Amino acid sequence: MSDHLRVNPILCDAYGHCAELLPELIQLDEWGYPIIDAGPVPQELARDARRAVSFCPRLALFIEQRAKAELRGA
Amino acid sequence: MRVGNCFATPVRGTAARLLPIDIDAPASWAEHEERYGPLPELAGQSRSLLAAIEKSGLRGRGGAGFPTAVKARAVAVGRSPIVVANGTEGEPASAKDKVLLRENPHLVIDGVLAAMAAVGAREAIVAASQGAHASRASLEAALDGRPSAARAIRVAAVPERFVAGEESALVHWLNGGDAKPTLTPPRPFEQGVRGRPTLVQNVETIANIGLIARYGADWFREAGTGEEPGTVLVTMGGAVRRPGVIEVELGTPLRQLIELAGGLTMPPRALLVGGDFGTWIAAAGTLDTPLSERGLRPLGASLGARTIFVLPSSACGVLESARVARYLAGESAGQCGPCVFGLPAVADAMEAIASGTAGAAAALERLPRLKVQIAHRGACAHPDGALRFVDSALTVFTEEIAHHVAGHCTASHAEPVLPTVTHSDRL
Repeated sequence: MSDHLRVNPILCDAYGHCAELLPELIQLDEWGYPIIDAGPVPQELARDARRAVSFCPRLALFIEQRAKAELRGA
Repeated sequence: MRVGNCFATPVRGTAARLLPIDIDAPASWAEHEERYGPLPELAGQSRSLLAAIEKSGLRGRGGAGFPTAVKARAVAVGRSPIVVANGTEGEPASAKDKVLLRENPHLVIDGVLAAMAAVGAREAIVAASQGAHASRASLEAALDGRPSAARAIRVAAVPERFVAGEESALVHWLNGGDAKPTLTPPRPFEQGVRGRPTLVQNVETIANIGLIARYGADWFREAGTGEEPGTVLVTMGGAVRRPGVIEVELGTPLRQLIELAGGLTMPPRALLVGGDFGTWIAAAGTLDTPLSERGLRPLGASLGARTIFVLPSSACGVLESARVARYLAGESAGQCGPCVFGLPAVADAMEAIASGTAGAAAALERLPRLKVQIAHRGACAHPDGALRFVDSALTVFTEEIAHHVAGHCTASHAEPVLPTVTHSDRL
């Protein structure tokens, strides 16, 4: 299992706080929505990642634990 | 197992399992039993039904092509599962689910009952589009003739919208929400209708389960290819003499599908495979391609919504593609930023290219930058489908696009030919 940052794009309203707080893993597209690094969150950024999650005004950002092989439905 | 005499009826297509079109009205329950034979005892047969579905190699007929047995087994281990037969069919060029529900409702009901027995469900919903009046009426009439099935199966009329049939959107709507996709996981097989594990299967997939329950996996595999067994319902449209739904074995060459649809009315320029969500392929040199995932993959296409639209050489692929891009932008559920802002930007670029204005060359350069900002960033696959469609237009109509950028169009007929609005019950 590893931790990955993920945004719920339905909740996200492009406040952009996450990209301010964690530019190492999050960039904004031309409309202001976050583009998130798909890889596991490196250990040294774990604290910043949790902070970015807690500062999202829409509670759209979250950390997801992913197993290596997940059943992907149709 | 009964093979041979069950389907000894004149049909359109190379196979007639799901749509034996020898009658004007849907069969009564008695006529249906006469044609297909009695439905075997299903109670307590979960294990053997799941084994038969697995051995049959049946894959979802809705678009994604996921193995049915994998989904069914995942649902079967949960508590109080529910079966949803998805006949919503939001794709404007597709009519096969509506036709199946209208022409052969009893087979869909058989499949629902077999799927329920397979996963241990006591409840099922058949979902059809609100506009598909004839399909729902036919299904309701069939249920009226089968009281025990009618007690367990309810028919739902789902709002018409391109993404309403996406399985998370359908489940969200059945739970009282909007018919819009939700973030997954949880997927419906984990947590679906009323929070219960829910087997969502396209109605054609379900109807095939009704046949597998009767005749077994080996019989099922007699049609189609080893890798992709069974038949497939295809909606044919565009420059063919008899547009409509036909049933063929998987692996049937595209040329034969066109012949079964009455042949071409005009020389073809390109084929749109899989609907507005699908992929353009050039008509030249591709007509011997077998209709299967394996056959279409080298062309960058897939079965998708199982529609084939023949674009005549008189029409302009660039204009058609710009129209579809605009339509797909409008069909966004309006939930996710990259889809809400990205798809209209893509449509703007396609229209600029099509109209050959001063901005056409810049629009062509802008498309790849838009693509990286949209891909895989929606809650559902709608934006990705739109990108795939536009990508295929850029590949297949490269030459025509160059003409447009230079300010002219080679088509003799600029009126739109592709359907972009739902046309329930028209076919």
